[in-house]
Amino acid sequence: MTATITPDTSTDDSTDRGGTAPSRRAGRRATVGGVASSTFLWLYAAISIAPLLLMLSNSLRTTQDMAKQPLGLPLPPNFTSYGKAWITASFDTYFFNSIFVTVASVLLSTAVSLLAAYAFARTRSKLFTTLEGVFLSGLMLPVYLAILPLFFMLDAAGMISNLWGLILVYGALGIPFSTFVLASFFRQLPIELDEAARLDGAGPFTTFWRVHLPLVRPAIATVIVFRFVPVWNDFFYPLILIRDQSSYTLPVGITRFFGEYQTDWATLFAGLTLATIPLVVLFLLATKQIVSGLTAGMSK
Amino acid sequence: MSAITTPRVRRGTVRTGITLSRRAGMVFVLPALALFSIFIAYPLLTALSYSFFDWTGIVRGGFVGVENYVTLFTRLPYRDDLPNAFVHNLLLFVGAMVFQNTIGLGLATLLHRIGRFKRFFQTMYTLPYLVSPLVIGYLWSLMLSPLFGPVNAVLRGIGLGELAQPWLGNPQTAIWVVVVVTAWQWIGFPVLLYGAALGGIPQEIDEAASIDGASAWQRFRAITLPMLLPAIGTVSVLTFIGAMEAFPIPYALGGSQGNPAGATDVMSLLFYRTAFESGSSNAIGTSSAIATLLFLFIFGISMLITWFMRRTERKLF
Repeated sequence: MTATITPDTSTDDSTDRGGTAPSRRAGRRATVGGVASSTFLWLYAAISIAPLLLMLSNSLRTTQDMAKQPLGLPLPPNFTSYGKAWITASFDTYFFNSIFVTVASVLLSTAVSLLAAYAFARTRSKLFTTLEGVFLSGLMLPVYLAILPLFFMLDAAGMISNLWGLILVYGALGIPFSTFVLASFFRQLPIELDEAARLDGAGPFTTFWRVHLPLVRPAIATVIVFRFVPVWNDFFYPLILIRDQSSYTLPVGITRFFGEYQTDWATLFAGLTLATIPLVVLFLLATKQIVSGLTAGMSK
Repeated sequence: MSAITTPRVRRGTVRTGITLSRRAGMVFVLPALALFSIFIAYPLLTALSYSFFDWTGIVRGGFVGVENYVTLFTRLPYRDDLPNAFVHNLLLFVGAMVFQNTIGLGLATLLHRIGRFKRFFQTMYTLPYLVSPLVIGYLWSLMLSPLFGPVNAVLRGIGLGELAQPWLGNPQTAIWVVVVVTAWQWIGFPVLLYGAALGGIPQEIDEAASIDGASAWQRFRAITLPMLLPAIGTVSVLTFIGAMEAFPIPYALGGSQGNPAGATDVMSLLFYRTAFESGSSNAIGTSSAIATLLFLFIFGISMLITWFMRRTERKLF
């Protein structure tokens, strides 16, 4: 790496001379560089998106068509494999289970994290600093390795194959990230707000509910949207905690479906597309929240 | 993300007597604390203790010290499977790091300069990262299929037919498929994170260096790269954790056995197999020992990377 730091003489020349020559040269170089860099950007965009487009396109073709012609356009589009995946392969059940689990657990973790984050931002005692540190450690620890005790605990409570068991687990798993983002937002709100509310006779909960909550709405949106993605995609927990096929969420449903429909390519592609559509829609509608969730650690 | 940021309590902000009382604070924290304790803290601590006992099915026997750990390193199949899976996890980490810090950093730097289409490109690069890794794994398994797979079809189409092969059936190539697919899926994250970090670098510094005659490469080396270090540190830690925890992509590409012949096996699959599919009577003891080792390794190395990055940062500024 260090070997390449030789002074770029051409740049030195152009700054020394002045006049029209350097600017022309700079302009030309920028164009060559510009073409190269936009080629790179477009090329990688194609590499990034082509497999997903292929998934969509193949879901609209028949298996026979794919066997004859591995690459081809879905003309005319054929939607029968969606019907097959949705009804025959029980994707309707998986899909609604996934929606239910995702929505309920994201709401649960956001609600409890809002309360906790508010306390972390508005207390000074060492106890709360420690607790916040413990919650945050959940971001770095491989907590999924605790699956065996979790399995026994839910089994003892009769909650294996119960979607509520999964919701509680995901609700807990969302706490580290949600409190982290929300607490940093609450901390930015001036303490004068609390003083004013207190003078008007509001208690801690009223202050939280009527004054702070409306002000942290953007952070709530980030937390909700951003937690949606890992919960919707998670495969590990339902693989172990859900044994009953009627309670499968989409990712576990897909593994079963891949075993059963091995040769029915069109239906396989349709199933994968169905599991992906909600995320793509969410991303296009809430790009801002997703991006701010991904970069949450950078804003300090 | 937040992995390496410790809670920053801004002392001085909360100075008045308006803070929450300890009791009110506890009431606010209680629901989250209960959920966290029951479903995360308690199982985690219990899981670590499981590895020190002898198990018969789900019945816990006597305390056996480190015997389960000894089993892992001396008895088959663990003696062979453990290093095999572990090396694959390391390959995943190295592969993703190389990919992210060359192509990923390059894309982020270029995106930072252009105005038009920036959002569009960001969306394109980030989409695979948001799609379920299981879906990604199955999608690639279909695309790489030896008979109808579009990848082989493309290779034949552009005259590279001799390269066409059963990518996932060959133990030599299968692990590289897992590495490349994982790195390909993750690239959106460093692109976004590096992009945000680049946006935070004051342009005046770059301009001043430019006026002083620094070349583009010199400016990148002496200004941009050091300022990007915190972001690179964050990405490294999270990539490390992700690579060690890899599960859905290897599962989709090689099944729970890490086919072919353990070529795509990783630590989480080994853990899963030992705990739920091995049929061994001491499955819980052995699998808990795997989990504990993995846990300590992930935690220890993440701490080490964080510490090393902090130290490098301090030296630079």
